[in-house]
Amino acid sequence: MFSKILIANRGEIALRIIRACHELGIESVVVYSEADKDAPYLQFADEAICIGPAEPAESYLNIPRIISAAEIADVDAIHPGCGFLAENINFVRICQDCGINFIGPPIEAMQLLSNKIEARKLAREVSVPVVDGSENSLASESEAIKLADKIGYPVIIKAVGGGGGRGMRVAHNEVSLHSAFGIAQSEAEAAFGNGSLYLEKFIVEPRHVEVQVMADSHGNALHFYERDCSIQRRHQKIIEESPCPVLDERSREELCHAALRIVKEAEYEGAATIEFLLDEDKKFYFIEANTQIQVGHPVTELVTGHDLIKLQIRVATGEKLKLSQRNIKHIGAAIECRINAEDPGNNFAPCPGTITKYIPPGGPCVRFDSHAYQGWTVPEGYDSMIAKVIVHQKNREGAINTMKRALNEFVVEPIPTTIPACLDIISHNLFAKNKIDTGFVERNF
Amino acid sequence: MAQNGADLQTVKKLIEIMRENDLLEVDIKLVGVEVKHGNEKILLKRSHSLQPTVNVVPVSGGKTSSAPGGSGGTKVSAQPTSSGPPQGGNLVEIKSRIVGTFYAQPSPESPPFVEIGSNVTPQKVVCIVEAMKVMNEVRAETTGTIAEVMVTNGQAVEYGQVLFRVKP
Repeated sequence: MFSKILIANRGEIALRIIRACHELGIESVVVYSEADKDAPYLQFADEAICIGPAEPAESYLNIPRIISAAEIADVDAIHPGCGFLAENINFVRICQDCGINFIGPPIEAMQLLSNKIEARKLAREVSVPVVDGSENSLASESEAIKLADKIGYPVIIKAVGGGGGRGMRVAHNEVSLHSAFGIAQSEAEAAFGNGSLYLEKFIVEPRHVEVQVMADSHGNALHFYERDCSIQRRHQKIIEESPCPVLDERSREELCHAALRIVKEAEYEGAATIEFLLDEDKKFYFIEANTQIQVGHPVTELVTGHDLIKLQIRVATGEKLKLSQRNIKHIGAAIECRINAEDPGNNFAPCPGTITKYIPPGGPCVRFDSHAYQGWTVPEGYDSMIAKVIVHQKNREGAINTMKRALNEFVVEPIPTTIPACLDIISHNLFAKNKIDTGFVERNF
Repeated sequence: MAQNGADLQTVKKLIEIMRENDLLEVDIKLVGVEVKHGNEKILLKRSHSLQPTVNVVPVSGGKTSSAPGGSGGTKVSAQPTSSGPPQGGNLVEIKSRIVGTFYAQPSPESPPFVEIGSNVTPQKVVCIVEAMKVMNEVRAETTGTIAEVMVTNGQAVEYGQVLFRVKP
């Protein structure tokens, strides 16, 4: 087991990892930027090291500063959290060269699965269905148009190196494909430094379902069932739940085993989520893999009772997964709402500012993961998420009721947040009737 | 003291290296090896031979800040070696712009770059901060007299940490 870990992230996920370290008896070192210098979670870590000014490029994305902090703190391993450097292959390589363990997959597996084209090829090889689309990155716009004509509109263009909804555009005909191509390309270039795009058939009104997996370095891979992340806004997840309420036992089994085939073929180690689209006929298609722990992981933790961060750290030390698939049970229903400091009245623009009144939710069946507090000034320039409210109940109806109660308790003033938006969604009759898909938020709000 | 043969071997090798290189102090770290000696912990990490490259990094020599960056509620932050309130009113702070290890002198045998009372000019090198085996020279970027040395030789420093206070 590691004796000391550096956490190369901030906010809620940094706090989550600090907590896991405490429970495992591992010393934690957290790095922070000047913008986060007053954050109380820094006190929970055994050490905290300021690595730079607020700009992510000068702090949380600055590899030399993070490695230097890891060296002076003399850690065994670095946990990248989610986002920032979690899927940065160069960072993993540097950690390796410096003799520091990276808590995540080996370089080869990360390279394979984080490249969407390679990952799709791999899925096909292990008989996992993928959405029709380009085998390789598109050489030109005319190639995109030719392919779209062949597979039929609507199509979606995506960044090869992307995620989080950036570099992603839907086109319904040749004219819209023409404009979408240019925009997606420049977005992809700006966001990921790689303007390569690929194209695939756009499945109308699908659900977005992902399977949580964990693999060790001894060839064992386990799934922890699925999360339904269909409630999205501009491809960013707002609400996640487990189980996916439309899957029956048989299709769930097929879906989870498809995810395991991909992970095993990639010789993956660590935590990952394998993402699928589910069409109206409940047929699933692999879309991409995330080679990191994700924001929605608490949902899975609640329904399975397993601590994914601790498992992730354990497998990174080379420990064998002691669990067997049979022992991973799915119990009840869990829902997570992401609460962002955003103004729904102003097109969900991030709203940094000082919180003067803060009452977190609590009570039975509520888990509250947050680094926010009264008096805190939400900084500009970072992800606007300030809290995750997660509930666990016997069934979906109960979970919806508990979530409504918890969100009604939650007070953040005076900055605008997505609490009211989440309440509206969770209270919507179509949500209760389970008639949702990835277009639900855009159509109804 | 080291308990087994392997540890003893390591210690012997270390002593040899120290003799050969005429080193007074060694703070080497090698992955996976840990030797305890009394209350001291000698941690060994990577056996790269270090050919320090010199990299000049600009350092903020701004005005004394009422809210110095860095140490907000942290535990790793340096313990200032010069205790007591800052002398005089308008001391200028020389801060570290990088995370690393502070060295007051160019080599163990050399005198420190500056001491309390030394006069500095903007181009004067006041210390080295080592990060990832790169020796970064820190310049004063201000003119005056060193009034306080805030860190000790070999100490880990974080971004924004005050290294010296200068009387203009």
